[in-house]
Amino acid sequence: MNTLENTAAVGIPPIESAAPATPAIPARTFQPKYLLWIVILAIALLVPFFVKDPSHQNLAILILMAAQLGVSWNIIGGYAGQISLGHAAFYGLGAYTSTMLITLGSLNPWLSILAGGLLAAFISLAIGWSCFRLKGHYFAMATIAVAEIIQIIFTNWEYAGAAVGLTIPMDKQGWSVLIFADKEPYYYLALGLLLLTLLANLLIERSYLGYYFRAIKDEPDAARSLGISLSKYKQIAFAVSSFFTAIGGSLYAQKELYIDPASVLHTGLSIKMALVSILGGVGTLFGPIVGAGVLTLIEEGTRMFFGGSGRGTDLIIYAALIVIIAVYYPSGVLGWFRQMFARRKAQQSQRAQGEQV
Amino acid sequence: MSLEILLQTLMSGVLIGLIYALVAIGLTMIFGVMDIVNFSHGEFLMFGMYASFWMYSLYALDPIFTLPLTALFLFALGVMIYKVVIKKITNASMLSQIFTTFGLMILFRGIAQFLWKPDFRTVDHSIVSGHVSIAGIQIGSPQVTAGVGAILVTAGIYLFLTKTRAGAALEATAADKEAAQLMGIDSQKMFALAWGIGAACAGVAGALLSTFFPIFPEVGANFILIAFVVVNLGGFGSVVGALLAGVLVGVVEVMGGLLIGPQYKMALVLGLFLAVLMFRPQGLLGKA
Amino acid sequence: MSLLRVENVTKRFGGITANQDVSFQMGAGQIVGLIGPNGAGKTTMFNCIAGYAPPTSGDIWLNDKKISGYSPEQCARAGIGRTFQVARTFTSMTALENVMVGAFLINRHVATARKSAAELLDFVNLGQFKDKHAGSMTISEQRRLAVARALAVKPKLLLMDEVMAGLNPTEVKETVEVVLKIREQGISCLIVEHVLEGIMPIADAIVVLDYGKKIADGKPAEVSNDPKVIAAYLGDE
Repeated sequence: MNTLENTAAVGIPPIESAAPATPAIPARTFQPKYLLWIVILAIALLVPFFVKDPSHQNLAILILMAAQLGVSWNIIGGYAGQISLGHAAFYGLGAYTSTMLITLGSLNPWLSILAGGLLAAFISLAIGWSCFRLKGHYFAMATIAVAEIIQIIFTNWEYAGAAVGLTIPMDKQGWSVLIFADKEPYYYLALGLLLLTLLANLLIERSYLGYYFRAIKDEPDAARSLGISLSKYKQIAFAVSSFFTAIGGSLYAQKELYIDPASVLHTGLSIKMALVSILGGVGTLFGPIVGAGVLTLIEEGTRMFFGGSGRGTDLIIYAALIVIIAVYYPSGVLGWFRQMFARRKAQQSQRAQGEQV
Repeated sequence: MSLEILLQTLMSGVLIGLIYALVAIGLTMIFGVMDIVNFSHGEFLMFGMYASFWMYSLYALDPIFTLPLTALFLFALGVMIYKVVIKKITNASMLSQIFTTFGLMILFRGIAQFLWKPDFRTVDHSIVSGHVSIAGIQIGSPQVTAGVGAILVTAGIYLFLTKTRAGAALEATAADKEAAQLMGIDSQKMFALAWGIGAACAGVAGALLSTFFPIFPEVGANFILIAFVVVNLGGFGSVVGALLAGVLVGVVEVMGGLLIGPQYKMALVLGLFLAVLMFRPQGLLGKA
Repeated sequence: MSLLRVENVTKRFGGITANQDVSFQMGAGQIVGLIGPNGAGKTTMFNCIAGYAPPTSGDIWLNDKKISGYSPEQCARAGIGRTFQVARTFTSMTALENVMVGAFLINRHVATARKSAAELLDFVNLGQFKDKHAGSMTISEQRRLAVARALAVKPKLLLMDEVMAGLNPTEVKETVEVVLKIREQGISCLIVEHVLEGIMPIADAIVVLDYGKKIADGKPAEVSNDPKVIAAYLGDE
């Protein structure tokens, strides 16, 4: 009768906490739910055909990029439950590594971007090795510290442009250099990266890794009693997360063709990456996408009503959001929907039982 | 480099270190009593600075004289934050706790920026402005006053914790909340008290700093990181540890700045932090 | 060759000696009860055996392999399963998924783990709850879930920490049946228990701790008549 029993019957694992609640249609079998996402994907693929205004296209790209960063953060922060507050470090590392290899090393962009991802993963292993044996808030603090250190290094490193930053010259265009004059290719790059990151997340979620991450988040001592080495699996989550975050940073660099410490390493980015997930729903596959959409809407709304006055109004709104969600809705928008559904289902079954009597 | 400069640097390191210690004591107290890391602690310092600044700027009252008022104001703010926000997440998941105080951090910075703009402010003519000569070394008198003030407040806190009933109750709650409750100690009151005192410590540090340090909305950012380092080095929950570690960190920071370059000061301190995490996570004097 | 050999284990923390020079053995396929008044050091002993607290001195052997000093993960891989006083089930997952986490130690394939997990849930009579959220289960159900989960790592020795506490007589009987079934599988059980009516009838041996020291070790009938044991429990009243 209900979604979960059916999905179990057809062999789709009933991973409740990962299955997104579909807001508009209460799915009765699994088909409509997947159909919905296929429709959304189709729409997403066709957006550039309907939206021609470059600034609107840019908005769409920003949402996709924010979503991708959120999904990446979610792997370590939402699924494995290790809160990173310095993820901008990986974003910046990715952006700088690929940019430096491309401009100063004349290396192929695809390889450079990959190198950035691998470097970020390596650094994450170094951080994790020191912190994962310790309690959660040490890790959070260490990530803030590392992000700060990396920002200081790049701000003072002449070879990397110091505070002035680096530019990627636009001599050539096309897929071999990953530079384009129009927005459309960037849209597809962003969409592609988001889908790739989602795929990685999905594969992890459905494998033993996903179960291990959730176990570590829920009850680390019990997880250990089942043979799970906490550090090892936290490291895996962290490495995957940082890898994809770095690639997101490289995409930014290729799009803007200019990076500096202020644009790719500042704290606000770390906050945003975490917020996108918390807002949408940590530990869910599509939570960050919902979060990215909502957050971008809020940003645009703030800009319209308060004007970019630099008076910190957007900060206040982000912050108030974070606090309210952390205190009242820790499972985010998706969690709220799911609770509503569960309540409605419970009311329905109560009513049904009442009628039977 | 001359001996004089070396000694001067050393002394300024110790003095700023004492301020760091004071901030860290507030942080460690909150953590010790209720196991919550207050990421917004730097903002209590920032509000302390602004409180002093505005009383100075609007009413020509010297920060040193308004210090008790600032302390009171921050104490009240700390208690209020506990009652309105923190109380709700005392037993929530670590994710909720971290995000709540982290969110407060951003919120406070945003509010400060909104109310008072991002401009740097300074207290130009305090009663303690100027220089003194101690053992032949020239040092700013605001810094000396700040250092002395920090020592006095730290000593006061220490006496409070060891010699008063309220202090003992606080320590008992920190050691074992349930046992303390069984003895009739109200945990809620203890938590509120910890937040009040913790905020007040940071606020007093801010008041002392305002006599020589620029005041701006994000000023808490560096201090919170340093406070983490100090608390970690000194051991979470240890007041004496925070004092010693504070001085050590202050010296390392300032000496490092002298030897390597001022723009790398923070990197050095943070490097120390990561090293402590790796090799001695329980710190010099604390329980892990 | 005994399955488990605890040899002169002493555990001190921060000035308290929780276990003092405790030694005992158990063989394969046995049920041994570990009893004693509150604060006797029973859970500490468990933590020592399962790797959560390395002994200050003394050794612990599993099938003649020294495991004292192993981490909890290593102990699990060596063949020790355990439950906790508070069930600590993974509340974001269903019962089936909880047990699957354990099953992954044996085989990483999701489908295989799911099958083993379903079988284990049937084994502990929780089959009909396999899709129920662990967080919404009753205490007794969560305890049995924890047992199924621990069994999923195919332990040779299962440590159960107060599985029967707070259960009504029917639930105690159900738990006893499960423990007997576990023994039939050849798995040894070391059970910390206060509910003596549950453990005494089924145990092959009883070890009694008091103030960290072992004060008796033998068949249930002998131990329950041992004057030292009676004194320890009466003294605790």
